[in-house]
Amino acid sequence: MEKERIGVYICHCGSNIAGTVDVAEVSRWAGEALKDRGVVVSRDYKFMCSSLGQELIQKDIKEQGLTRVVVAACSPHLHEQTFRNACKEGGLNPYLCELVSIREQCSWIHPDKAVGTEKAKAIVSGGVEKVIWDEPLEPLRVPINPVTLVVGGGIAGIQAALEVANAGYPVIMVEREPSIGGHMAQFDKTFPTLDCSACILTPRMVEVGSHPNVKLFSYAEVTNVSGYVGNFQVTIKQKARSVNTDLCTGCGICQEKCPKKVIDPVFEAGLGYRKAVYTPFPQAVPKYPVIDRENCTYFIKGTCRACEKFCPTGAIDFTQEDKFFTFDVGQIILATGWDLFDARRIPQYGYGRLANVFTSLEFERLSNAAGPTGGKIVLRDGVTVPKSVAIIHCVGSRDKNYNPYCSAICCMQSLKFAHLVHERTGAEVYNFYIDMRTPAKGYEEFYQRLLEEGTHFIRGKVAEITDAARYPGEEGKLIVQAENTLFGKQMRVPVDMVILSAALEPRHDYKEVARLFGISCSEEGWLIERHPKLDPVATMTEGIYIAGCAQGPKDIPASVAQGAAAAARVVGKIQQKEITMEPIRASIDQDKCSGCRICNNLCPFNAISFIEDRMVSEVNPALCQGCGTCVAACPAGAISGTVFSDQAILAQLDGLLLNNVKAIDLTPA
Amino acid sequence: MSEQFEPVIIGFTCNWCSYRAADMAGMGRIKYAPNVRLIRLMCSGRLDPTFVIKAFAGGADGVLVSGCHPGDCHYIEQNYKAMRRFYLLKKLLTQMGIEPDRLKLLWASAAEGQIFADEVTRFTEEVRALGPLHWNPTAALEAELNIHKPAEVVA
Repeated sequence: MEKERIGVYICHCGSNIAGTVDVAEVSRWAGEALKDRGVVVSRDYKFMCSSLGQELIQKDIKEQGLTRVVVAACSPHLHEQTFRNACKEGGLNPYLCELVSIREQCSWIHPDKAVGTEKAKAIVSGGVEKVIWDEPLEPLRVPINPVTLVVGGGIAGIQAALEVANAGYPVIMVEREPSIGGHMAQFDKTFPTLDCSACILTPRMVEVGSHPNVKLFSYAEVTNVSGYVGNFQVTIKQKARSVNTDLCTGCGICQEKCPKKVIDPVFEAGLGYRKAVYTPFPQAVPKYPVIDRENCTYFIKGTCRACEKFCPTGAIDFTQEDKFFTFDVGQIILATGWDLFDARRIPQYGYGRLANVFTSLEFERLSNAAGPTGGKIVLRDGVTVPKSVAIIHCVGSRDKNYNPYCSAICCMQSLKFAHLVHERTGAEVYNFYIDMRTPAKGYEEFYQRLLEEGTHFIRGKVAEITDAARYPGEEGKLIVQAENTLFGKQMRVPVDMVILSAALEPRHDYKEVARLFGISCSEEGWLIERHPKLDPVATMTEGIYIAGCAQGPKDIPASVAQGAAAAARVVGKIQQKEITMEPIRASIDQDKCSGCRICNNLCPFNAISFIEDRMVSEVNPALCQGCGTCVAACPAGAISGTVFSDQAILAQLDGLLLNNVKAIDLTPA
Repeated sequence: MSEQFEPVIIGFTCNWCSYRAADMAGMGRIKYAPNVRLIRLMCSGRLDPTFVIKAFAGGADGVLVSGCHPGDCHYIEQNYKAMRRFYLLKKLLTQMGIEPDRLKLLWASAAEGQIFADEVTRFTEEVRALGPLHWNPTAALEAELNIHKPAEVVA
């Protein structure tokens, strides 16, 4: 085999690497110690990923006739593609380039420069050995199905679906609840402009519901996902509505006639009632109601059927069963949203024990003109207007005991609440905050407005909310005990009503969602984006995007922006008509295969089949995902994997252990 | 004062969870033992037991195998296969005269940079306590053959 001509490039990354790794020394060492291994050029440069850095590589490929390139810089997850492209531009097959990480795995984690430099040498040496075994490859191309699945019909999902549908491509939307709209449909006003939430949301909902390119499944869930980018197969479970949607006109007579009233824990946040046959709210999309079988008298006792009797079109169908549909989709956008922190978990705040302690969602319903009180802000008794109200920020957020993160919306939401209470009841309002965070367009101005409106702002975390009066004037009130950290004084504020601005939490079933779609979630349970800054809507799984609060707490404008961004990515991919995939695949050498079939059962993608007449196994490259488990398991060594071949891995191992240069003196000059 | 023994540890990580955990540790500037050198595989299921043996034979004092948490595998269930091989390897190492504690299995999700860093530091200390390995399989094999050689032939 002709000796490879290898170029080694050590990046300073400003001071990120150069601060704790002597890059010049690593470069010198690689040029000398690894000369016998084929290194003909070894350089260090301030920023390899800059266009000048890339040109450096391209120039060397042309002038020095490099056949392999090793870049020692940041993680391959950040810039592998950058350097592969640079090599491609320079005329070298992109898969003959190795990016080894001396930043995330070396300079950033070891404060000692001597130690860092030695480790960087070993890492570079491993990369050089591996690159020798790399093969020129071409990326795989597969056609992309233009159908997009959007999971979750909140504002982020709605925006994403509309963008894709308006671009002319089919969308399947799946919503778990009977209607789309999500949490935004529950709100009365939106900050900071105070426009009516329903007024801006419902036209969008209608547009989704009637769009010719959108197929909407409400009261449905995704139960299975298989395949890969461009070619997913998804199974959707349509829960039995007990209403024939072909006949139903959405007239609402069934809801009117249904004698069974139940507390609505979802849309009304437990504050109001709905019937056993219901749409969550009058503007629901789709307009068809569902029968809640757990509460319907007919399903419990076998009699009633009032809805059936009165339905003018005979749409009620008690015999309906759950139906499963399977669709082929190309890409998936997850906009599964958030759950509200359970305020009962903080017992000293008394939620669930003290009647007039409300959660933020309860207050949204309370202040909503379409809510259970018609928008009247009253105490739990339904009549008394509060004369004083305390609003507690950061309930369950920014608290090590519950959630360490900031829920991002609570400050603005609490300011909105303060304004609404003030405007509608004239009550004294006390906002207890830790820090006031108003970092978006028009937000700080809204805060200033509230300051002028006369809301009392008290900086301090609330210790306790109690109904145990200790001083005159506290009888029959809720007493908020907190330290005003600006004065350094303890204070007790007696109020009639307390609103807890509870944290936004990941959906309770985030784990199942992550597993179902094959993506990862953070420690808290938010779905993880591909890159926190540069790629906030893609995930590590090709073809699956995330939008809205599923990715992390955010307000409506940010959710809408992210929904649209995800859609733009999806549409961009569809327009390419085919997608390129990493050519990391296994293949079987049929001359070596003994036909033992050990590999057949190891593949979770059923990519390996056994050819009976030739008594050998074969890999279907379209199904193979490149995990390499079969390569590791083949007793005959007949299966090989591209990019991560046995030889390449063993060579890298040798390089990392510096066995390739053991004979040479390693001491620095 | 004698210098502290610095073990060399080879870490096999999967592309999706554990390598990203290492990235996460780096991004968080979490400081941990510098002794581990990583090899990125697509999946922990790619781990051929030979890699581990070769690592020990090549001079590694410890080997770390790291993948996604059970149930979180990017390739559905291949990390279970890595787990099986891990337990098999533990037995095999014992039979070969290598302390099985020189091999460690670590599940780390992409978010668990801190866990990854802490576990690497802990494992480094454990291997440090075991001391250098100096395992030479060829010499060991020869010694084995010598022991079992019939006495008269030796003479």
